[in-house]
Amino acid sequence: MSPESQLLQYLISGLTLGSIYALIAIGLVVTFNITGIFNLALGEFVTLGALVSIALYAAGLPLIAAFALAVLIAAALGAVMERTAIHPARKANATILTLVIITIGVGIAIRGASLLIWGTHPYILPPFSEHAPFTVAGAVVIPQSLWVLGLAVVCVAALFAFFEFTYLGKAVRACVMNRTAARLVGINPQRLSLAAFTATGALGALAGIFVAPITFATYDMGFMLGLKAFVAAILGGVTNVPGAIIGGFLLGILEAFGVGLVGSGLKDGLAMIVMILVMLIRPTGILGAFRRGA
Amino acid sequence: MGPSGAEHNNFPGDEVELVLRNKNVILIVLIAALFAVFPLMVTSGYYLGILVIVGFYSIVAIGLGLLLGYAGQVSFGQAAFYGLGAYAAAILSGTYGWPPLLALAAAPLLPAAVAAVIGQPILKLKEHFLVLATLGFGILVYILMKEFVDLTGGPSGYTGIPYLSIGGLVLSTDKQFFYLVWFLAFLTLVGAWNLVNSRMGRALRAIHGSEPAAEAAGIDTARLKLKVFILSAFLAGLAGGLYAFYISFISPSPFGFHASIQFVLMAVVGGAATIWGPVVGAFVIVGLIEFLRWAVPVVLPKAGGEFEIIFFGLILVLALLFRPEGIMSHKRRKQRSEPDAGKEAAGTCST
Amino acid sequence: MGNWRGIVLVCLISVTLTFFVAGCGGQAGTPEKETEPYKIGAVIDVSGPAASLGVPQKNTLEMLVADLNAKGGINGRPVELIILDNKTNETEAVLAAKRLIDQDKVLVILGCSTSGTSLAMIDTVQRSGVPMISHAASAKIVEPVADRHWVFKTAQSDILVADKIAAHLKSKGITDVAFMSMNNAFGDSGRGSFMTAAADHGLKVVVSERFEVDDKDMTMQLTKVKGSTAQALVVWAIPPSASIVTKNFRDLGMTIPLIHTHGVGNQTFLDLAEGAADGIIAPMGKLLVAEQLPDTDPQKAVLLGYLQAYQAKYGERPSTFGGHGWDAFQLAVKAIETAGDDRAAIRDALENITGFVGVSGVYNMSAEDHNGLGADSMVLIEVIDGKWSLLNP
Repeated sequence: MSPESQLLQYLISGLTLGSIYALIAIGLVVTFNITGIFNLALGEFVTLGALVSIALYAAGLPLIAAFALAVLIAAALGAVMERTAIHPARKANATILTLVIITIGVGIAIRGASLLIWGTHPYILPPFSEHAPFTVAGAVVIPQSLWVLGLAVVCVAALFAFFEFTYLGKAVRACVMNRTAARLVGINPQRLSLAAFTATGALGALAGIFVAPITFATYDMGFMLGLKAFVAAILGGVTNVPGAIIGGFLLGILEAFGVGLVGSGLKDGLAMIVMILVMLIRPTGILGAFRRGA
Repeated sequence: MGPSGAEHNNFPGDEVELVLRNKNVILIVLIAALFAVFPLMVTSGYYLGILVIVGFYSIVAIGLGLLLGYAGQVSFGQAAFYGLGAYAAAILSGTYGWPPLLALAAAPLLPAAVAAVIGQPILKLKEHFLVLATLGFGILVYILMKEFVDLTGGPSGYTGIPYLSIGGLVLSTDKQFFYLVWFLAFLTLVGAWNLVNSRMGRALRAIHGSEPAAEAAGIDTARLKLKVFILSAFLAGLAGGLYAFYISFISPSPFGFHASIQFVLMAVVGGAATIWGPVVGAFVIVGLIEFLRWAVPVVLPKAGGEFEIIFFGLILVLALLFRPEGIMSHKRRKQRSEPDAGKEAAGTCST
Repeated sequence: MGNWRGIVLVCLISVTLTFFVAGCGGQAGTPEKETEPYKIGAVIDVSGPAASLGVPQKNTLEMLVADLNAKGGINGRPVELIILDNKTNETEAVLAAKRLIDQDKVLVILGCSTSGTSLAMIDTVQRSGVPMISHAASAKIVEPVADRHWVFKTAQSDILVADKIAAHLKSKGITDVAFMSMNNAFGDSGRGSFMTAAADHGLKVVVSERFEVDDKDMTMQLTKVKGSTAQALVVWAIPPSASIVTKNFRDLGMTIPLIHTHGVGNQTFLDLAEGAADGIIAPMGKLLVAEQLPDTDPQKAVLLGYLQAYQAKYGERPSTFGGHGWDAFQLAVKAIETAGDDRAAIRDALENITGFVGVSGVYNMSAEDHNGLGADSMVLIEVIDGKWSLLNP
């Protein structure tokens, strides 16, 4: 393997990892935009998407039906989470800190439940297409990575269209800018919050379904993925969907080259250091300045 | 307690607390006495062992309680300080041959120093970012414990921790550890008690109520928060050092994210803003684990793994929803909700 | 208000303490010596990350003790086996060991299933003077023997595995090897052993990489191997990581020999690797290929007996990990048969066991070797068409 194709291989690995992070980070940023809360349970929805769809597929449902149902279940669970935990806490005037800790609580409860239902055993989901890996300039590409990449692109396009061209999307943006003003013109922030948690549940589950053929699905797969997605979101500026995607890819590439050129042990540590440094030095994210200019 | 100084005037609640103080001192003495005779009645090393562990957790949780309940800050990386203390004690006594007691005394200084360095920038962060930064810090320390193989023994763990000895007395039994740990835990408790009833304690409560208001009143909030953060790291380190000498083998796994969650849980469940709360929280959580370990196989024979975290998650959520001040508080400080009332609107869209 | 809280607190703590006190009462009174059961304790990783190792061990132990008691126990006295779960957690392991020693007063402790949890208990058993038979691999558990007076173990040590691999590579004329391990106690001690073994056999380790237990993609590390001069890759890991490496290895179109360890000796590895495992070679305990062994193998009868009994009871094939539990239990029984109720005598008896045919090999314990297994305890196997098959040297 020539050094050039080695570098290309790292890049491809990085893009694959990055597209996974980016996909999850999108969900994160959407909820944050609408509700002002980081949903730290998001990683567990990724797990749920993967494990539920595998269970349904194993129960005899066609693959597509299993996917759709898993996404719906996760979305419903997201809605339940908002209604039973987030909404009452807000009504009781809980601080943002309390709300964030509540999402962590929900997250570990879901993780424990997955463990109880599925055990520690890893599960497999077949890849979406039966193609063999192919080579580009000496580097190998796994078809499933293209699926993940494709989903990330589709999600971004859909979100863009939603925010730019639909009434609801504009309402959401209005609320992000000024909650009180939005309420004055008849937008109900509470309903938006419910919608946001539902949507992130679905988005997380979707990400889980797409990555499962690459990673296997285990009850604890979501935790690290979720955390990396936070790093991606923070890198890109937490309110910025394109930023989150670029942040995801940057993190993936950073990790891949980190392992390839430096060594593998400190890979996750690197991500944590990057996250903390960005929060301290550039809280708007590396792209934040472009968008806000302030 | 008579009129003991002008600085009390701002806090009408304080007079009540000062009256209560005497009763509470009696209470502490009473419970301390109960603890003192306890090992004489119990011969089982197992139950004593559990109580020793509860003692470690209590010390950590008291520190976290001060941070969470009085300074209004959170740390999801407390297990890292606990681990740093444990490794410092182990390596100083095992690798460098320090006398164990000296190593134990020095152990909390490492996490305290680390807290002093990282606390300055990290405590400037708010809410989510504070949660994520402390969580990220915890994971980072966990990784470093695994990576510095030459120093820490890496993932295989560190063996060769000597016995803890105090002036020729070698501590090797659970009973001896029980007395040592709970002596220190009570000392911590009394220290924390004095702290929250001091000028600094009132300043802390003012921060928790409203930081801008506290600042306006001339309190150096950043400095105070940092002090409490360092103190909490110191206490976690002390508990960690004790843990290392007690178990005499350490590896990174007890110092991971789960442990940090457990500590937060203990502080929150017991009531962070009460002195006894974190200790009760430690008892409740460890008791719950023991109970689940007995009960779950009865109900679900096939269940395995750390599924008790379901309950941890649920309890955390329920506690924050229904008893945000913890089970040890009796709906105290109702006036607290007023300054908070405006926060939702301000916080949610402030980005 | 403060009063009320105080009263509640005192009540709460008193109740808790009373509960503890009550919990450890009822231990008094010593029944007749002749009918009193021999107590054996076990601390097993039944749940948590190492559950796949611990569960077959628990099953095996429960099966063995039922059989033994049905046959009249040891010297006419029944055996009481107390199995505790340590949840793959070191603190829990130590607490469980203390409970077995102080409360249940067991004669010998079996376990734990992993190296980390086993190492954690060592100090407790050394201080209390209770023999312990670990089921885990790391050589550190029984070495240095001077500090491991009371500790024995049944799993083949890493160094045996590493030697077997290094000798095989050498015999194939390979000089440059790449090494990858998972970043936990298992991979870490394997790494140390393999470096020693490679040096002993004159192999050059040209790439040495690690990956985290929950890593999902090892392509990066493999790319490094691919770009090196390595003629073979040795992977020290357990599933699912081991399966991911194997899949990534095939996806990258790598063709050098891929060597795994005894860590992959279960069906999970094959299932998750989905065909990518074909062609891998690994040293294994003989249980996996018991039927294929030549009839001259001294262990064959024992292996088949264990297989049949376990399959009849649990409806599935036992893993080599279960076999470590089988050996530990039988060694303990053998020692109690000769030594009776005395912990120190049991320890001495364990140290003097020789020629004992177990599932993991033939044990020849001595004052210098508390594992007692030799290189003949392992065989090399190859995966062909998704099945384990004995590789004839």
